[in-house]
Amino acid sequence: MAAAQPKSEPILVVNDIVVRYETAEGPIVAVDEVSFIVRPGEFLSVIGPSGCGKSSLFNVIGGLLGQHQGTVRVAGETVTGPHKAIGMVFQEESTFPWRNVTDNVAFPLELVGLDRARRAERAKHFISLVGLDGFEKRYPGELSGGMRQRVSLARTLASEPKILLMDEPFAALDEQTRLLLGDKVLQIQQQLQQTMLLITHNITEAVQMSDRILVMTYRPGKVKRIVDIDLPRPRTSEIVTSEAFGRYVAEIWNDLREEASRGMKDEEAYALRHHGTAHE
Amino acid sequence: MSKAASGKRSDLPPILTGVGAVAVFLLICEALIRAGVISQFIVPPPSEIFGSFYRLFTEEHIVRRFFFTTGESLTASIMVAVFGIALGVVIQRYRLLQQACETWVAAFAAAPVVLAYPLFMVIFGRNALTIIVMGFVSGLPPVTLKTIEGISGTRKVLVNVGRSFNLNATQQFWKILFPAAMPTIFVGLRLGLIFALINIVGTEFLINFGGLGQLIEDLAERYDLAGTYSAICFVILVSVLFFMALEKIERWLRPVD
Repeated sequence: MAAAQPKSEPILVVNDIVVRYETAEGPIVAVDEVSFIVRPGEFLSVIGPSGCGKSSLFNVIGGLLGQHQGTVRVAGETVTGPHKAIGMVFQEESTFPWRNVTDNVAFPLELVGLDRARRAERAKHFISLVGLDGFEKRYPGELSGGMRQRVSLARTLASEPKILLMDEPFAALDEQTRLLLGDKVLQIQQQLQQTMLLITHNITEAVQMSDRILVMTYRPGKVKRIVDIDLPRPRTSEIVTSEAFGRYVAEIWNDLREEASRGMKDEEAYALRHHGTAHE
Repeated sequence: MSKAASGKRSDLPPILTGVGAVAVFLLICEALIRAGVISQFIVPPPSEIFGSFYRLFTEEHIVRRFFFTTGESLTASIMVAVFGIALGVVIQRYRLLQQACETWVAAFAAAPVVLAYPLFMVIFGRNALTIIVMGFVSGLPPVTLKTIEGISGTRKVLVNVGRSFNLNATQQFWKILFPAAMPTIFVGLRLGLIFALINIVGTEFLINFGGLGQLIEDLAERYDLAGTYSAICFVILVSVLFFMALEKIERWLRPVD
């Protein structure tokens, strides 16, 4: 059973997004007329090979990239810059090393002027939600990579966004930690009925967590197709052992293989153009 | 629980090794001087230097002089920190200014500013203000350069986190850029404040005014070699304590990196 209500109004509407970059080799279209919607409570993943414009799309939806065509509407409002309804979790480690876990998580609460006691109380709730009880006074330097990403997640959740936008948040982690953190994200999503949009290149991660997966083509990044993931909820990482899970992974890999091969050939051609052959 | 298991290492062995190495060096010096390999008229034996320490307190009023130099150093340090960081922030903020000034500031950091003391004496007179300004001018470039480097080197993702939370420019500076740059700024502060201290004592020596530098000059003029060396040792000790105090402040401000 998918968490999203199939007929509810979309909370996020991405319409005809085009992103172009000027490079030394001429203009590049990174994202080409990408459109999709996300419904309240839904978990949508955007998957594609490296260079398909996933991160550009993440920045456009998050309001960090102004130079683009097309529109993004969230909860009925057009996104023209960072929007309070969208909370972003970044791929790179993004905790503040000078703040302890509580102060990191309380950061958005500080911005809205909540008093110290209320901030600490609210922060504790979100720290507990990501399973970091007992680490409130620790600094990021004392935590593992996975724990730091959970702090970032809790900090974004503390701003109570309508949509949680994540750009490969577990990319730097090992597979086992990634699966377990996937469980944690699913648990949070189910508990808060949180709408989530995940940008990833990891097929397992996408199938494990999503209601729908949007597959993108290699440059220019277009929507290749959208796959409905009809796996039961509530889900855990145990789902990866099921036959249906394997079928979805194979199906998406079939879509992605051709795109990933194009990307690889493109990278090789680029390397040859810029660094010559190995024998030169 | 063993010490290894508790995860704490004793600081004692490195401290003892350091003190032991200095003690061995002094013993070798003592032996070489007493054997006549090193002339006593150039370097007095360490035992004589240590023996003359008490004279510095009883006859030369070293405590009063220490506080005089400390006052000058603190004033210069505050000026270096405030103006050095502010200048770095302004230069970093305006790209044209950074392109125009950064090389000049770097060149200024390498210049022997102490040689300009006659100029400052003409401007401010033979007084504490000249000494403070000399300390300030010599300590300013490293703080400014490291502030520029620290703010420019702030990881883009942290800036993006700030942007995603809709911070305005002032919030972005105080809540993200400045704290992120603090470790690098502190490297500049440590260098700048040590430069300021060296130049303050050096200028006191050169213009024969003030605290510890003037004491060294007086003792050297009297050809009191043991006293001169013990005063130099005292200044080195003050520098070490100053450096350790800065490290403590840095740890207090940034408990864990």
